[in-house]
Amino acid sequence: MQLSRDALLRAYRRMKVIREFEERLHVEIMTGEIAGFTHLYCGQEAVAVGVCEHLDAADKIISTHRGHGHCLAKGCDVTAMMKEIWGSREGLGKGKGGSMHIADIEVGMLGANGIVGAGAPIAVGAALSAKIDGPGPDGLRVSIAFSGDGACNQGTTFEAMNFAVVTQAPCIFVFENNHYSEHTGVDYAVGTAGDIASRAEAFGMKAWRADGTDFFAVHDTMREVLAHVRAGNGPAAVEFDTERFFGHFEGDPQRYRGPGELDRIRAERDCLKKFRASVTAAGLLGDADLDAVDSESLDAIEAAVTAARAAARPTAEDVLTDVYISY
Amino acid sequence: MAQMMYRDAVLSTIAEEMARDPSVVVLGEDVVGGMGTAGGPEAIGGIWSTSTGLFGQFGANRVIDTPISESAIIGAASGLALSGKRPVAELMFADFIGVCLDQIWNQMGKFRYMFGGKSKCPAVIRMAYGAGYNAAAQHSQSVHQILTGMPGLKVVMPSTPADVKGLLRTAIRDDDPVIFLEHKALYGMSGEVPDDPDFMIPFGHARLTRAGQDVTIVSSGLLLGFCEAVADKLAAEGIGCDVIDLRTTSPLDEEAILDSVEVTGRLVVVDEAPPRCGLAADLCALVSNKAFASLKAPPEAVTPPHTPIPFARELESAYLPSVDKIEAGVRKVLGWR
Ligand SMILES: Cc1ncc(C[n+]2csc(CCOP(=O)(O)OP(=O)(O)O)c2C)c(N)n1
Ligand SMILES: [Mg+2]
Repeated sequence: MQLSRDALLRAYRRMKVIREFEERLHVEIMTGEIAGFTHLYCGQEAVAVGVCEHLDAADKIISTHRGHGHCLAKGCDVTAMMKEIWGSREGLGKGKGGSMHIADIEVGMLGANGIVGAGAPIAVGAALSAKIDGPGPDGLRVSIAFSGDGACNQGTTFEAMNFAVVTQAPCIFVFENNHYSEHTGVDYAVGTAGDIASRAEAFGMKAWRADGTDFFAVHDTMREVLAHVRAGNGPAAVEFDTERFFGHFEGDPQRYRGPGELDRIRAERDCLKKFRASVTAAGLLGDADLDAVDSESLDAIEAAVTAARAAARPTAEDVLTDVYISY
Repeated sequence: MAQMMYRDAVLSTIAEEMARDPSVVVLGEDVVGGMGTAGGPEAIGGIWSTSTGLFGQFGANRVIDTPISESAIIGAASGLALSGKRPVAELMFADFIGVCLDQIWNQMGKFRYMFGGKSKCPAVIRMAYGAGYNAAAQHSQSVHQILTGMPGLKVVMPSTPADVKGLLRTAIRDDDPVIFLEHKALYGMSGEVPDDPDFMIPFGHARLTRAGQDVTIVSSGLLLGFCEAVADKLAAEGIGCDVIDLRTTSPLDEEAILDSVEVTGRLVVVDEAPPRCGLAADLCALVSNKAFASLKAPPEAVTPPHTPIPFARELESAYLPSVDKIEAGVRKVLGWR
């Protein structure tokens, strides 16, 4: 199905904003201004956007420690996120959560998560809620659990998959296989020779595989997956083959990578470059259109960083709010 | 004596015990680091540099790089321990006990008792704990208060490289499950460590690190150094503090605390864990029960508030006990009435 010019521009903008958000953080983190652990999503943009472009606010997603891309793709505000990462009290979590705990329930973003494998069972609960609510005009609302190749080894993920099949929950397990969990290769850690989709199939759900660095492959695959799940056929899974362009966390020396690997994946597996090549070759968008989005995105990130730097800092009293009781 | 960092004391003790006893095995996530990658095994090693080189020295049978599967890691440690091995399992962050609590609490902690004393479970679970890195609510916690409350577990929290050496060796040679808590902020701490290959520190023996007549300050881990700084400052004013490093919260050296409070009449417990049902509350109760007649002031606890650990720098430092807050606590008991 051919996307409209507006839809193409919107998807490209979302991916580009994620890219520039992360590239900027990579630079800012080195200055020491940003505290805590930050895991960048650079390289995987086509997955978050290709999935979330099909969703509305009533559909839910749950994310991982590498959550910025999912948040932005689901519609979290760029500036409010940046403020959170800067630890401002104006941030999405008032500076209490930071990079690993960004959430915005109003847009259906149930949280980034610092515990690997914690997301999938929560996504099943959100899916059961959607099942209880019943279908709307275009079918059931869905819930999406984003997980990494490492998270797929967690018992919680297995339990969630079986639970979702047994309860026919409209839940979609999206596995982003970027070939690494921290410093460990997927072929070592995932016993099915790195094949995650077949595990999901073994739990009794339909599973798809697609190139996660190709926006159109992700988007087309998700159209099928969502049609299946919204129609009430129970859960589904998708494994996207993708790449992370930076280290596991900022500061990772990445000695586990092969020679030239980073240059190669940046050259050959960059979802933004692929998108541009494909839409310009097909005459759907021109370079000038995309260049305009590029500069808008950079401006948006610049504005967000400026706002985050200037935003109000939390105070000691803020420690004691947003919790049931304090002693 | 050798000068050594806290993290190197962990690593060298494991390596020495593995060399001495073929039943000692290591398992955990990324303890080899680089498995299944172009860089190959040990391309990076564990994230805390506490297992570097073990794989090369002892091989894949005894240095087991695991998938991200904490329940299976701790369960496997139990199974190894019930089958004649001495596993040293690593949880990358102490917070992850949440994922594998059944294996710690209902399984390994209870075997010996439930099996009528006919089994032993000589497993060590090492974990990095503690705040100070703005790592927020799921990567900063101190979990000793939870684990100390579980019968069957021994809980160790060393404050110096020498104590790491002596206590970890005891832990590995112990026949019960031992939780070994390593404070992240102490990994880079340097100190003198005895060379004796059998240097061991028995569990349940606290260490008096400052001696004084006026107040007893009890702590362990990172905050011990804060307490010592307060004691040194007050010493200049002529106020004497006993500073007690618990070393192990289970078993607990009640005697060291009670003996000190009988002299000073004042207790301040300084703990990085939240206040309810924790170490501070426990020790205040102990002293109130057993040294009531000696008390000149109500026991005081200096802990974070009863909240999750916040992210932002300002929030985390407001949350954590500091030298100033400890000093205020000490002055409060000194000035009582
Ligand atoms: C329960 C738990 N175990 C371990 C970790 C430490 N950890 C954080 S991310 C990570 C690797 C995750 O790999 P993957 O799921 O592939 O996600 P990716 O980092 O590739 O996005 C690990 C081991 C954690 N945060 N939580
Ligand atoms: Mg991964």
